[in-house]
Amino acid sequence: MTADVIIQQLVNGVTLGGMYALIALGYTLVYGILLMINFAHSEMFMGGAYVGLGMLLLLTSKSFPAHAFFTGSAFGILVLYVIVFAVAAIAIGILGMVIERVAYRPLRHAPRLAPLISAIGVSIFLQNAALLWIDSKAIPFPRVFPVTPLVTFAGASVNSLQILIVATSLILLFVLDTFISRTRVGKAMRATSQDREAAGLMGIDINYVISLAFFIGPALGAVAGVFHGMYYGAVVFSMGFIPGIKSFTAAVLGGIGNLRGAMLGGFLLGIVESLAAGFLSTGYKDVVAFIILILVLIFRPGGLLGESVVEKV
Amino acid sequence: MLTVTNLKTCYGKIEALKGISLTVNEGEIVTLIGANGAGKSTTLKTLSGQLVPTAGSIEFEGVKIAGLPAHKVTQKGIIQVPEGRRIFSRMTVLENLDMGAYLRSDKEGIKADLEHVFELFPRLRERLAQKGGTLSGGEQQMLAMGRALMANPRLLMLDEPSMGLAPVVVETIFEIIEKLNQDGITILLVEQNANLALSIADRGYVLETGQMKLTGTGEELLANEDVRKAYLGEG
Repeated sequence: MTADVIIQQLVNGVTLGGMYALIALGYTLVYGILLMINFAHSEMFMGGAYVGLGMLLLLTSKSFPAHAFFTGSAFGILVLYVIVFAVAAIAIGILGMVIERVAYRPLRHAPRLAPLISAIGVSIFLQNAALLWIDSKAIPFPRVFPVTPLVTFAGASVNSLQILIVATSLILLFVLDTFISRTRVGKAMRATSQDREAAGLMGIDINYVISLAFFIGPALGAVAGVFHGMYYGAVVFSMGFIPGIKSFTAAVLGGIGNLRGAMLGGFLLGIVESLAAGFLSTGYKDVVAFIILILVLIFRPGGLLGESVVEKV
Repeated sequence: MLTVTNLKTCYGKIEALKGISLTVNEGEIVTLIGANGAGKSTTLKTLSGQLVPTAGSIEFEGVKIAGLPAHKVTQKGIIQVPEGRRIFSRMTVLENLDMGAYLRSDKEGIKADLEHVFELFPRLRERLAQKGGTLSGGEQQMLAMGRALMANPRLLMLDEPSMGLAPVVVETIFEIIEKLNQDGITILLVEQNANLALSIADRGYVLETGQMKLTGTGEELLANEDVRKAYLGEG
């Protein structure tokens, strides 16, 4: 394999990693607070792709009054995409909050396996809902702007979509990180994840914090879903499963419950997977991803950035 | 200030509190003593809203608060320092103190209270940027109390503040409890160390298997034959 292929695979890997990082945050955020793996999170990703696609088709259809504006100029396209992403993120964020309220909150004091099974149930429900009510076949995701190589170096090219995905991911990750570490509500989320009861005694409304986590996580997952649809050019009801499990791997790799860990894990996994696809063959990329999951669980179950603070009781 | 009437709390089918009544008057130190499993912590957890009572009433300054969630009780000015400190171990000392002031927005008042906490516990100022989990047990107790004070409590409820601490540290903690009381904070203190608790309390209650067995002033209870036998290790 030549240098240009390696660089090209790195570029692809970082793009993929941005998407994994966005999804992984949703797993880690919820785990940090409820110690629960939200297995329905992959369906937030799928749902986001559908909502984004739906908005895109609606706003650009010939019968929509302002369609000429949205497709006519670069500015119009920008506005179009901001709307598409915002609607997908908000709609799926609300869906996430509803799911928590209906399927997880009643089980908050149940044994830990119960909400886990409920989450798997929600996942199956949502996949089948999409299959029955939308389509069983993949729907093409239209390209509104031309995806052209913008930068070329060392024989590798970076296209406009890849730059958009990586830049947006990094911005969202930075915003979330700042929100969690600096703002009052963000600190309340951290306090709740460390000791829920003590946080309640501080006057923190625990249900509000949990609802917020179930808004932010799915909203970020939805953004990743829209990116995935744009990047691969199609949306299908079963699209959430593999990226969901991969992002869960990324969250575990970084240290589940640790936000920066999830970001790091996402990018690492994306890069390793793409290199594996380049060095071996594309068929091996999933194998490599899951070998990483197994190795991490065996040798470093706390993950790369797992908590290292000595805790005294 | 606080009036509890016929309070019952259950864990599943087990009735941990079988109808207890107690009052705390403004400015008092009231202590609740009793053996392991008597229901002391259950009482505090029910008062602070962490547990929902099955019957009875809790009135704080004329307002019924039984069954309110913990964050609403905190809003009323009742702050609990939980058993085992429960500080946020991965947050710094300063962040922990900030969380205590979560409901407040009076910046000047918060700043003044922070200074006050540092005066009471100079050790906390030295360890400001350290993660809570790296503090010693005594320092964690100080942090837990400092954090509660940041909420500007009118009624401070302390659950086993002496647990697991060296005698000299316990002494410091109790001196500070008395000082806080002199500064106008009403105290409800749950303790296994009955001797120490009764010696600083205005009044005390003896709880036994979910029921109030005895009540009296601190001195009366210290002098009481049954109390001496059962809780002070005499006889």
